Amino acid sequence: MFKYCIKRVGIAVLTILFIAIVTFLLMNAIPGSPFATEKGVSPEVQANLEAKYGMDKPLPVQLKNYLVSFVQGDMGVSLKMQKNREVGDIITEKFPTSLRVGIFALIWAVAVGIPLGCLAAYRRGKVLDNVIRVLATLGVAIPGFVIATTLLIVFGVKFPILPTSGLNDMKSYILPCFSLGFYPMCYTARLTRSSMLDAINQDYIRTARAKGLKTGKIIFKHALRNSLIPVVTYIGPLVAYIITGGFVVETVFTIPGLGRYFVQSILARDYPIIMGTTIFLAFLLVVAMLIVDIVYKIIDPRIQLGKAGE
Amino acid sequence: MSKTKFGSLQVDVDSMLQGNEPYVPKPEAFAKATEEEKASITVDRKSTTFWQDAWRRLKANKVAMVALCIVIIYILMAFFAPMFIPYRYDQQIRGSENLTPLTYSQKELELKEAGESVFPHLFGTDTMGRDLFVRILYGTRISMVIGVVAALIVLIIGALYGSVSGICGGRVDNIMMRIVDIIYSVPEVLVVLLLQVVLNEPLKNWFSASNSGMAKFMSNLGAGLISIFIAFGLLYWVSMARIIRGQVLMLKQQEYVTAARALGAKNGHIIKKHLLPNCVGQLIVTTCLQIPSAIFLESFLSFLGLGVSAPLASLGSLASDGLGGIYSYPFRLVIPAVVLSVMILSLNLFGDGLRDALDPRLKK
Repeated sequence: MFKYCIKRVGIAVLTILFIAIVTFLLMNAIPGSPFATEKGVSPEVQANLEAKYGMDKPLPVQLKNYLVSFVQGDMGVSLKMQKNREVGDIITEKFPTSLRVGIFALIWAVAVGIPLGCLAAYRRGKVLDNVIRVLATLGVAIPGFVIATTLLIVFGVKFPILPTSGLNDMKSYILPCFSLGFYPMCYTARLTRSSMLDAINQDYIRTARAKGLKTGKIIFKHALRNSLIPVVTYIGPLVAYIITGGFVVETVFTIPGLGRYFVQSILARDYPIIMGTTIFLAFLLVVAMLIVDIVYKIIDPRIQLGKAGE
Repeated sequence: MSKTKFGSLQVDVDSMLQGNEPYVPKPEAFAKATEEEKASITVDRKSTTFWQDAWRRLKANKVAMVALCIVIIYILMAFFAPMFIPYRYDQQIRGSENLTPLTYSQKELELKEAGESVFPHLFGTDTMGRDLFVRILYGTRISMVIGVVAALIVLIIGALYGSVSGICGGRVDNIMMRIVDIIYSVPEVLVVLLLQVVLNEPLKNWFSASNSGMAKFMSNLGAGLISIFIAFGLLYWVSMARIIRGQVLMLKQQEYVTAARALGAKNGHIIKKHLLPNCVGQLIVTTCLQIPSAIFLESFLSFLGLGVSAPLASLGSLASDGLGGIYSYPFRLVIPAVVLSVMILSLNLFGDGLRDALDPRLKK
C-alpha cells in the first residue's frame, strides 16, 4: 500500500512538473515580446524591462526561476486584464466562486445520479428503467453549452422566474449548478446502473435473498456498497469535467468565477494569467485524481497492489 | 450390433458393459467411410465470416440501425445538399438580414411577385444576411471532418504505440506505459486551450510564409483547427494505446498463438492471421467512439470563441454566434445546438451498437 502511494505520488509530481514545463515552454515559444506595444518601445527600455523580469537570462535559468517562484506562490502579474495585479491574487479572488458552484454541481450530480442508477437497475426492463436510460443517454450526448443555453432561453425568455446572470442570492445558483451537474449526473446514473446490475447477479445476492433478507437491506447493504466502487473512480474525471465545464457555464451565466476569467484572458492573450491558471487548475486536478486513486485502493481490498492496473 | 456412427461423439458403452475385457476395436471400425457417412459430418450451412456475423448482430440492434440511418442522412445532407442550394455559406445577402425561418425579405418578395423563384431561407438568416441553413450544412461538414480526422490521428498513433508496447513487453513496455500514465493524467482540455493560444500565431506566420500546397491547404482550415488536430495527436491517443496494448498482451499468450507457433507459423502469419483480426473490432469501436468526442471537444472550443475561425463555421461556433442574439432570435442558437446534439447522440449510439456487434463479450 505504502509503495503504491509513493509510486502514485511520484507520477502526480512528474505530471505537474511536466505540465508546468510544457506551459512555460509553450508560452516562451510565442513570438513577440510581452512588452511590445503598438507605440513601440525603445530598445534600451525593452532591455531594461527584460532585465527587470529576468527575461534576459538563458531559458533553463528562466524556467528554474519560474518554477521556484511558482512554488513560493508568486505567479507573476497580469499584463492586460487587470494590469500589474498579481496572478495569485486574482486566482484567490475568483476561485472561491467557481469552487462553490462546482461543489453544488458535484453534490447534485452524485446525490441524484446514484439513486437514479439504483432505481433503474432495481426496476430493470420496466418503464422507469427505460425512462432513466433514455435520459442518461441523452444527457451524455448533449454538450454542456447546449444545456446551459437551453436553460437560459427557457428561464430567461419564456418563464423569467429564475435569475440567469450573476450570483447574487441562493436562487441564482440553481441554473448554473443544474447545467454544470447535468452531464456528470447522467453519467453517474449510467455507471451506477451497470455496476448495480453486475452486483445484483452475483451469488452473494442470491444467498442473501435465500436466507430471507428484505429487499431494501439487500439493495443497500449488499448490492449498493459493492457497486459504488466503480462510481468512486469516476469522481476524479468528474472533478475535471466540473472545472472545464465551468468555463462554459460561467461564460453563459456571466458568473464572476475563475473559469470565465480564464476564457477571457485566453481571448485577450494575457499570458501570465493563462500560465498561472493552467498550472493551478492542473495541480488541482492531479491532486483530485491522486486522492481518488488512493481512496479507491483503500475501499476495495480485492484490488491487487503493486501489479495493479493490468 | 450396429456400428457406431462415424464421427459421433457417443462413447461406445456396449463394449464397456461386457465384463472387464479390454476393448478391442472390431475390424469394421477401420472400414473406409461410405459417401453417406462422409456427408453426415459436413456442415449443412455455409460458414459465416466474422464480418457477416457482426453485420447480422448489428442489424438486429434497432437503436444502432436508426442511429446509422441518421448518420448517413447527416453525411448526405452535409456533403451533397449544398449543391442544390443557390446560397453560399459566406455569401452575405443584402437586405435579407435577421430573417426568421421561412420568411422573405422585401426585395425577395418583390422578385417573387415578378415571377422569379426565390429559394426559401429554411432556417432564416443571421445578422450579416447569411443563410443559416447553408451555414449549418457547412458547419456539420466541418464538424464531421474534424471528428473523422482526429479519430484517424488517434487510431494511427495509438495503435502503433500500443502494439509496439504490447509486443515488446518487459522494460520497454514498462517505460512506455509510464509515459502513457503521465499523459493520461494531464488535464487535456487545459492543454488544448493552451495550444490554441500558443500555436495560433506561429501557424499563421507559417501559412503566410510557406507556399507549399500543404500550407495552403492548412491555412484554408485555419490555425484553430490545426491546433485541435495537434492536440489530438499529442494527448488523446493514450486510451487507444492502452486498449491495443492490453489486447496484444492478452492475445500473444493465447493457446492458439502458441499452437500456431508450434505448428511452425511465422511471426508475420501470426500477426496477420491471429493478432490483427482479434484487435480489429477494438480498433474500429474505439475509433468510432472517438469521433463524437472529437466533435464534442471542437464544439466546446468553438463555443468559447476558439477553434474554427470565421468565415468558416462549425456547429459550435454557430451556436456561439447565436448566443449573442439569444433574446430576440433564440432559433439561431437552438437549431445548431439540436443538430449537434442529434449528431453526437447518433454517433454514440452507433458506436455502442458496433461494439456490441463486434465484441459480444463486452455487452452489458
